[in-house]
Amino acid sequence: MAIETKLGLFICSGCEISNCINIENLAATISKEAKIPLVVTNQFLCGSEAISKIKQDIAEQELNRVVIAGCSARTKIEEFDFSDISTDILTERVNIRELVAWSHTPNDEETQSLAEDYIKMGIAKARNSEPPEPFIQETSNNVLIIGGGISGLNSSLSVAEAGYRAILVEKEDALGGWLSKWKSSIPHNFPFTSLEKNDITDLINRVEKHPNIKIYKSSVVEKISGQPGQFIATIKNGSLNEENIGSVVLATGWKPYNANKLSHLGFGIYQNVVTNVMIEEMVKSGEGIKKPSDGKRPNSIAFIQCAGSRDENHLPYCSAVCCRTSLKQALYVNEKDRETKIFILYKDIRTPGESELFYKQVQQEENIFLTKGEVSSIVEDNNELVITLKDTLFGEDVIVRSEMVVLATGMVPSTYVDLFEEKGEDKLTSDGKKEAAGAEQGAKILNLTYRQGTDLPTLKYGFPDSHFICFPYETRRTAIYAAGCVREPMDSKCAENDALGASFKAIQAIELISQGKALLPRVGDESYPEFFLQRCTQCKRCTEECPFGTLDEDDKGTPKPNPNRCRRCGICMGACPERIVNFKNYSVHSISSMIKSLELPDEDDEKYRILGFVCENDAYPALDLSGLKRQQFDAAIRFITVRCLGSVNTIWINDALSNGFDGVLLLGCKHGDDYQCHFIKGSELANKRMENVQEKLKQLALEPQRVKIETIAIDDYSRIPSVINKFVESVKEVGQNPYKGM
Amino acid sequence: MSNTVIKETMISADVLVVGAGIAGITSSVELSEIGKKVILIEKNPFIGGRVLQMNKYFPKMCPPSCGIEINLKRLRNNPGIRIFTLSEVRMIEGVEGDYTVLIEKKPRFVNDNCTSCKLCEQVCPVERKNEFNFNLNKTKAVYLPFDSAYPSSYVIDHDTCKGVSCSECVKVCSYNAIDLEEKEERFELKVGAIIWATGWSSYDAKKLIDLGFGIYPNVVTNTIFERISSPNGHTNGKIVRPSDSQQDNKLIKSFAFVQCAGSRDENHLPYCSSVCCLASMKQAHYIREQYPDAEIYLYFIDVRSPGRLEDFFTNLQTDNKVFVNRGKIARIRENKSNSNLIIEAENTLTGELITREVEMVILAVGMVPNVDGVDIINKSLDENGFIRRDNQYGIIGAGVATGPCDVSTTVKEAAGAAMMALKILGRE
Repeated sequence: MAIETKLGLFICSGCEISNCINIENLAATISKEAKIPLVVTNQFLCGSEAISKIKQDIAEQELNRVVIAGCSARTKIEEFDFSDISTDILTERVNIRELVAWSHTPNDEETQSLAEDYIKMGIAKARNSEPPEPFIQETSNNVLIIGGGISGLNSSLSVAEAGYRAILVEKEDALGGWLSKWKSSIPHNFPFTSLEKNDITDLINRVEKHPNIKIYKSSVVEKISGQPGQFIATIKNGSLNEENIGSVVLATGWKPYNANKLSHLGFGIYQNVVTNVMIEEMVKSGEGIKKPSDGKRPNSIAFIQCAGSRDENHLPYCSAVCCRTSLKQALYVNEKDRETKIFILYKDIRTPGESELFYKQVQQEENIFLTKGEVSSIVEDNNELVITLKDTLFGEDVIVRSEMVVLATGMVPSTYVDLFEEKGEDKLTSDGKKEAAGAEQGAKILNLTYRQGTDLPTLKYGFPDSHFICFPYETRRTAIYAAGCVREPMDSKCAENDALGASFKAIQAIELISQGKALLPRVGDESYPEFFLQRCTQCKRCTEECPFGTLDEDDKGTPKPNPNRCRRCGICMGACPERIVNFKNYSVHSISSMIKSLELPDEDDEKYRILGFVCENDAYPALDLSGLKRQQFDAAIRFITVRCLGSVNTIWINDALSNGFDGVLLLGCKHGDDYQCHFIKGSELANKRMENVQEKLKQLALEPQRVKIETIAIDDYSRIPSVINKFVESVKEVGQNPYKGM
Repeated sequence: MSNTVIKETMISADVLVVGAGIAGITSSVELSEIGKKVILIEKNPFIGGRVLQMNKYFPKMCPPSCGIEINLKRLRNNPGIRIFTLSEVRMIEGVEGDYTVLIEKKPRFVNDNCTSCKLCEQVCPVERKNEFNFNLNKTKAVYLPFDSAYPSSYVIDHDTCKGVSCSECVKVCSYNAIDLEEKEERFELKVGAIIWATGWSSYDAKKLIDLGFGIYPNVVTNTIFERISSPNGHTNGKIVRPSDSQQDNKLIKSFAFVQCAGSRDENHLPYCSSVCCLASMKQAHYIREQYPDAEIYLYFIDVRSPGRLEDFFTNLQTDNKVFVNRGKIARIRENKSNSNLIIEAENTLTGELITREVEMVILAVGMVPNVDGVDIINKSLDENGFIRRDNQYGIIGAGVATGPCDVSTTVKEAAGAAMMALKILGRE
């Protein structure tokens, strides 16, 4: 350690802590055993008087480690922040309020010992950690925006107007995307009753004129190498051009579902069955809506909704805009005359929010007939298409005869590779889920030089991230954000809003990375993993398991870190069997030192000791809330807070068992399809690693019950006592750790 | 006005965010993380808003407090945000880039010294209705709004507190945290941009007179049902009929969800509230968890589960005791003998009347924007009370204040609102 640690311990006796714990004895014991010269107790440690006294002590005694024993670190954050005095100060909060005084028997020997142990662990952690030094390098202020449709244009303009530089890459020779093929927009403004002017041309003009936007048309991204803040994008348009890039917005939009697969609806069989995209093209061209068979205006036209959408054989999802598009196209027909009979055949009409007013308006048109039902067959008869509907509101089948049929086909993300088209294999099934390793199977758009694949890992149906409801811009590739219909089906106004949000996140990424700070969820964290590569055995666990594709590899398999891609979860630290991955303030050694700082009771004492690892994101707040509710639980367990269960290195479990702990309990987030892990794979990996731990237990002839993972969500706090007590009981059933005292 | 303290000092910031629900919190943390100074005001004594009254989010069935926790961490670690709870905007003047805003802050009577140690609550002699649980239970006059409330300090309900003459709480507080004579404050802000994220309230279900809410105990609204299902609710998450005692552990055998209760209805809300279909499907999952054999009837006009959320609907239909029906519920009556409900659905095409008796009814009541009385804001609203995107005053709307939407859309919009504010403010 570079600088000698000078540690001060400050213990709060307020909030009834002293009714439960003998603070005097606690201070004396710790002072003696942990050899701390400065131990201060106060009955109102977060009060302004006490705080100024702490600050005075820090200055006078030149303290660089401050251990605060009192309430949870989730409270009184500003009060116990001493970073304004010096960045060399490391503050460690020890929770003896919620985790000890409020949840255990007052004035009990075991409760006293629990408080002592928590403080000893806090001291050990403070002594064996260092303040982080941020990874700061020169970063680019350019945002690469891929796709020049409504989302990409709005992203570019936002970035530019906010004072940053946008590099816009569009594969076509003109900007505008699908919108430039539409005549009018569905209504987006009150009163939502009439079609709106499509203002894409204005938008294109503004983008083309803006000095902060550099546009590459007829171009694709050949390669993106490096890391956020320092990407180098190679853009190909005949020649190869390199651009420095800070962050990326993926706005490559959608493609229509392949109507050739909809032969059951007559497409490709009957000439007068067309798609909604074809209607837009007819209208935009000025020719108007004509029957392909004879070029004449139809006397009747039927829109079939959910053509290929909400269909387990095609797209199981809803494409969100097709209902409103058909309503719009029905009004296109009425712009010429109101003689044409128009049928809209739907399963459910989906006009969310105030767009319901648009639906109401269209319903009032006398020649538009909206009929609910599912198309069971469609055949041609005497120049008319005969559509049979089942599951109607009448309870019986309904027949509709129409000269022309429009299939309201859905949207497929541009990231989706249709194997049917590419290779003649039809793999478009409901479980088209692809994980990180499978990113290679998606469309190659970003062409990242990441070890884990060229593009954003996709979710179900080929859509790229995000999986999170609360953090919809989170992706598994740091500082790369998806926007618009590539992410999920949406209307053009939503795409515009989405573009604003994504471009904001792209700017924010640049700002944070330029200061060496982490992005969500550990926003502002200045620590980052450091690799002691001399001891690396090239096992590749870290490079494979990182959920964010942070690590590349050299030819031998040695990891090549990219700190700006990192989200600081510590999964690499948990993965490494050689313990060579560490953060300055969170390391294999610092946690081991916490475990080893405790002197556990002898076998004869008949006292059990359990070590708990608790995820800081959800399980720890649940513990806190359990304490707040004054729920009582067994005093045998001591918790260590971890960044993610995925950061738990199994050596800690070994350390615990060999140091005499009788069992180890891990509390973390849900994994699986609806995972709640904030680092995507952390809790899943922890579960996998437990298999190795169980193997190890077997070798040591220890019972499997001694180590267990439990899922705890943040609102599971009423379950906390039973989960802990049950585990303690199950350990007691197998008896004390035979290695105790060895 | 004698009880109001008018502060002379003017507080300046880059952005004012009004409403600290998921939208307002998101806009605030996003902006502060690029170095902007934000003032976040909230009329409740806690931040987090409406989502904290929810049990789970669709479609992941995860607890809302999980995302709020991360956002609170972002907020607490960020000195660029100042939060004022119990505060409301009283006046806005000026233009985009330069607004003057008058804020009124009601007294909390408890200061930052509070450690939420609970002693005051134990000695307080009076109770108040708990509006967080829709008045279905009570708290003391000095109370913590809910377990994980932030700020995690107590608040005193002025209307029920007996005041200085009682002072039991003051006597027991060792931290000098209670001041029963705290006054209302008024102060001015200078900001460059305003994000309006005041969220929504449920449509008043009592106006749906044929559906029996407020008359028959076992007709509840979807928001009340969230509280009934939440572990931190008044029943500790146990789904019980309001007419039954919690101790009876009575098995509920049948439930009905009445969709578009007030929405898509010209006599009530002409618009679709966007989330109620999915919210009811989610609540059907709550029921299934506790009552594996209960029959669940859903009555839809149209099922609206856009995008990938369709999977949530598809999945629900694999449950063979979930029955999806089309039709609008015309009337609900009570079977007096057992407090069950008889629902009458009308087939609008055939005129046929279908009736069914169930033990509990959940009305999928729609969202109404929270409208404030401030002049500039009123002029920025459309006829339904939502902030117009094309308003003339530069007011940036976010979340349900701009139109009904789900949480994920709200959060995206809130980031978009941050972008709009950044465009006004510029980079440095």
